[in-house]
Parts: sequence; C-alpha cells; structure tokens
Amino acid sequence: MSTVFIAFQTNETSRGIVEAITDDNPTAVVNEQPAMVKVDVPDSMTIYRSTIEEKLGRRFDLQEMQVHLITLSGHVDESDDEFTLSWKQ
Amino acid sequence: MTDIANAPKAATTKKPGLKERYALMTRGLDWETTYQPMEEVFPYATYEGIKIHDWDKWEDPFRLTMDAYWKYQAEKERKLYAIMDAFAQNNGHLGLTDARYLNSLKLFLTGVSPLEYMAHRGFAHVGRQLPGVGARVACQMQSLDELRHAQTQIHSMSNYNKLYDGFHSWRHMHDRVWYLSVPKSFFDDAITAGPFEYMIAIGFSFEYVLTNLLFVPFISGAAYNGDMGAMAFGFSAQSDESRHMTLGLEAIKFMLEQDPDNLPIVQHWIDKWFWRGYRVLTLVAMMLDYMLPKKVMSWKEAWEIYAEENGGALFQDLARYGIRPPLGWQQACDDKEHLSAQAWSTFYQYQGAAPFHTWMPSAEEMDWQSEKYPDSFDEYYRPRFEHWAEQEAAGNRFYNGTLPMLCQVCQIPMLFTEPGDPTRICYRESEHKGETYHTCSDGCKNIFDYEPEKYVQAWLPVQQIYQGNCFGPDADPTAADFNPLLEVIKWYRMNVGVDNSPYEGSRDQQNFQAWKQQTTSNAPAGGSPAGA
Repeated sequence: MSTVFIAFQTNETSRGIVEAITDDNPTAVVNEQPAMVKVDVPDSMTIYRSTIEEKLGRRFDLQEMQVHLITLSGHVDESDDEFTLSWKQ
Repeated sequence: MTDIANAPKAATTKKPGLKERYALMTRGLDWETTYQPMEEVFPYATYEGIKIHDWDKWEDPFRLTMDAYWKYQAEKERKLYAIMDAFAQNNGHLGLTDARYLNSLKLFLTGVSPLEYMAHRGFAHVGRQLPGVGARVACQMQSLDELRHAQTQIHSMSNYNKLYDGFHSWRHMHDRVWYLSVPKSFFDDAITAGPFEYMIAIGFSFEYVLTNLLFVPFISGAAYNGDMGAMAFGFSAQSDESRHMTLGLEAIKFMLEQDPDNLPIVQHWIDKWFWRGYRVLTLVAMMLDYMLPKKVMSWKEAWEIYAEENGGALFQDLARYGIRPPLGWQQACDDKEHLSAQAWSTFYQYQGAAPFHTWMPSAEEMDWQSEKYPDSFDEYYRPRFEHWAEQEAAGNRFYNGTLPMLCQVCQIPMLFTEPGDPTRICYRESEHKGETYHTCSDGCKNIFDYEPEKYVQAWLPVQQIYQGNCFGPDADPTAADFNPLLEVIKWYRMNVGVDNSPYEGSRDQQNFQAWKQQTTSNAPAGGSPAGA
C-alpha cells in the first residue's frame, strides 16, 4: 500500500480545503507542521469542489487550490468538480 | 448556499469542461512546416534515441491553460510581495530565532537561486525543441515559473543584504567558489544534455523525487525560525513545483508508453540523475540539521518521508513499465545517518574559504543530534565535534589549510565514507585515455564511465586553483609574501575576515544582538552597531 499526499500553506482557505478532504476521505491523516499542513491518504484521495464550497460558504474553482498548494504526490486527475491523486497498482 | 450544499457531487457544468478547455487551448496550435523540413526545425528531437509516435497522447494532468496560469500566478505574486514588504517594513529580521539562521540563506542564494534561473533557460530551450505542442505549453509555463522563482528569491533575500554580511556577490561567487561548483555543474550537466534527458534530469529526478526535501522541510523551518520572507518565496515556489512534478511524472510515463525501446534509455537517466540530484542535496541535509537554529525535522526524517515513502511509492508505481528504483537508492537510504554530519564537518574545516559563518553545535544541539541519530552521532561525530568546540573555546580553532581532492562528477570534496563503513573515506578511480580520474562513490564513477568525454571537461575548482586560474589581475605570484589562498578568496569577492569568519565573534552576531536590544529599549545600544 502506498500513500498519496497533498500539502497546503496554513490559512483560512486551506482550513476549509483540509476539512473537505477529511470529510470525503475517512482514512486521511492530517499532519500539521510550522506554516503548513500535510494530508496523507492510503492509495488515493479525491477532493470535491462541492464539499469545499460547503466548507467555505462560497463558490470555489478547484484550480484556486494552486494558490495555497505546497506539494503533492501521486498521479493527478483533475476536472471542474474533482481533483484526484492516486497510485495505480 | 442551499443549492451549493445540495448539489450532487461531480455535477456536470454546461460551459466546456476543464478537459475540453485544455484540449481547445493546447491542440492544433502548431503546424507542419513547408519551407523547411521538420527535422531541421526540431534538430534535437531524435539523436538521444527516444522514439515518439504520437505527441497528441501527451496530456498535462493539471490541464492548466495559459489564461488560468496568468490569473493564479498573478495572485501568488500579489500575496508574496505583500508579505515580503510587510516583513521588511516591520524589521522582520529581528524576529529571527538567531542570526545563525541567515547562513542557510546565504547558501540558498549563492547555490540554489542561480539554478532557478538556469531552469528558466533550460525549459525555454527544451520547450522550443520538443516537437509536441502539449509538452511545449507546459515547458513554457515552467520556464516562466522558474524565472519568477529566481526573481522572488533575489528580491526577498536582498533585504538581508542591507544588514548582514555575505549576501553581496552571489552571482559572481556561483561561477567560482569551490562548493558552488557542485550545484552549478549539476545544472550545466542537465542543460547540455538533449531535451528528453533534460526532462528526466530536472522534470522528473530533481522536481519529482528531490525538491520536496528542499522546499518543504527547509522552508517550513524558515517559518519556524521567523523568516516570513523565505517562507513566502519558498512555498510560493513549491506551489509551482507541484505542477512541475506532475509534468516530470507525465514526461516519464509518456516516454515509456510511446515505445518499449525507450525503457533502457530512461532507466539510465533515472539512475544518473537520481544520484546527481542526491549529491547536490548534501547541502540541504546540512542546512536542516546544522544551520536551522530551531529544527523542524532531521534530514533523516525528511528523507524517510519524502524519499523513502514517497519515492518508494513512485517507483513501485513505475514498476508496471519495467522501471526499477535507481541504482544508488539503497546507499542513499543508508547514508541518511551520516550525510549532514560529514558535510558540516567539511564546511567547518574550510570556514576560511566559505562566505558564510560556521559553528559547532551547542551542547543542547548535540543532544538533539544524539536523539535523532542514535545509531551514528555519539559514536562517530560527537567526539570530533566536542574536540573542535573545546579547541575553538581555547582560541585554537581548527582550519584545514590543504585543498581537498574533488570528485570529477559531483565536484564535492572526497568527504563521503564507504558503504557500510563510516570510518573510511570512499575513493573510486577510472582510467580514460591514459589519465586517472577520481570519483567519490560508485554512483559518480558509473556516471563518469558512461560518458567520460563529458566529465573530463569538468571545471574543478581545486585543480583550477593549483593551475593558477583563480587569482585576480593584480595578484603577483612571484612576490615574496604571495599568499595563494588569500588571493583566491579575494578573487571570489569575499570580504576577507568578515564574510568568512567563524560565527562566534562575527559582525553578524554582534549586530544582531545589538539590534535585538534596541527593539525593547529607547536607549542607544552602546554606540553604533559594528561596521555600521
């Protein structure tokens, strides 16, 4: 089993994004470090625009994540509504 | 609000979706030439032996189009410069944990920022030379990103140049100073390769496998030590790196899927560039373990998370194409116990020739090392460091006055030890056209032996010094009191006795203490700070 991860700068937008990730990916492990937050999930994680919009209470374009993103691992698959990281076994 | 909350997940939108928009903005933008044959327009596309049958199979997973790129990059810049301005306006440097921290930035500015500029040039060149339009668009964005990284790093660190030593001649030094030839030669090697090798060297091995180790724990450490400027440029850069890593991964998958004959070529490049990049990271290991006053994580821990766990997952994934982990992977994992201490020992000894300050760890810091490196620090490094600390306290600081032998490939002094024996320095030799060439490891020897004609041309700083090529025009080697090493330091444009002094007693140390006192007092701090 391999882990995928994504990390963001700590701020109010990324707080909502991370809450959305943990809601939609129950096996997510959140790891807070100085000025950043890293989320690990076994095998794959999917980030849904709709959940982030619920958390932030506003419209959200998934590409807006680029502004807060620090790093990630895994294969990326992105559409208007979902952003998925995965390792193919 | 309600309709958002109740909207089904993965709802479809009516305007063109992301995949469609990406296709519209990246396909059909090029054409078959008529006045000139295509192979003359793209002269570097085939000589490396990589076979590509269908460039339309290339797909950037981020699907970032140029309009979205400008929009988000502009937003990143506005955030970054707001933080940098606020940091400078509020004397943010006085919030640093300790002025020792600044020495890691001096190393960053002289060693890393010029590489960002070279990456800008490299991706501009490769973007021009790859015949596929999707790859060209992605390379164009990366080229612009890298230029932004060079500029933002220089802007951010220029604030420190107003107040602290050793920040003044970074570009001049990058082309001359002995240890800066390590990162410089790494990038020169990549940019003189063909376009596909460059994509593996920088896009895959460096960006995907290795940059996390620099830009994530070190930059988190910059924040932990109070440097908002470095935190802002570092994380802003790494947000682009996420795209770069994805591009690197796409490049490797694309080459492997296009033709089975590409596999051995790609595997060789992975072996080579993993090891080249890993050797450059020696500097980062030392920055994390020895140069950050407040430490976020050890090099060993960072290696376990970002190399062993993440890189391990990556190579397991690529096994379906027949790719195996790079040669040297196991040795790099074993050496995590020793890398930072061996590097810091070297810089401490050669303090006189480096434009940043060094020191021996305090007793508390040595205990941190013992805790993080229970299997190596107390046995191999603590006794040496305690001895040097005692000697320094007694006014007898150790300086090594003999120039070290350098590795012909990575250009690092021969400081690494034999696999499995941390008490014996590792040396390897190769013969080429009647000459003997020295390398620091099996990894570097393999690289040399595969392309000796490339590496015999290396500009090795120690050899160049001995040949008399590293003195200024006013140096007179025939003078009775000629001091060759002093002349080399002047040629490096180091402010002798200031930039290259031990941290203890340095002008940076004195100024920082004086300025800190002024922050909570209205009284003048006993005259003007040193050198002001």
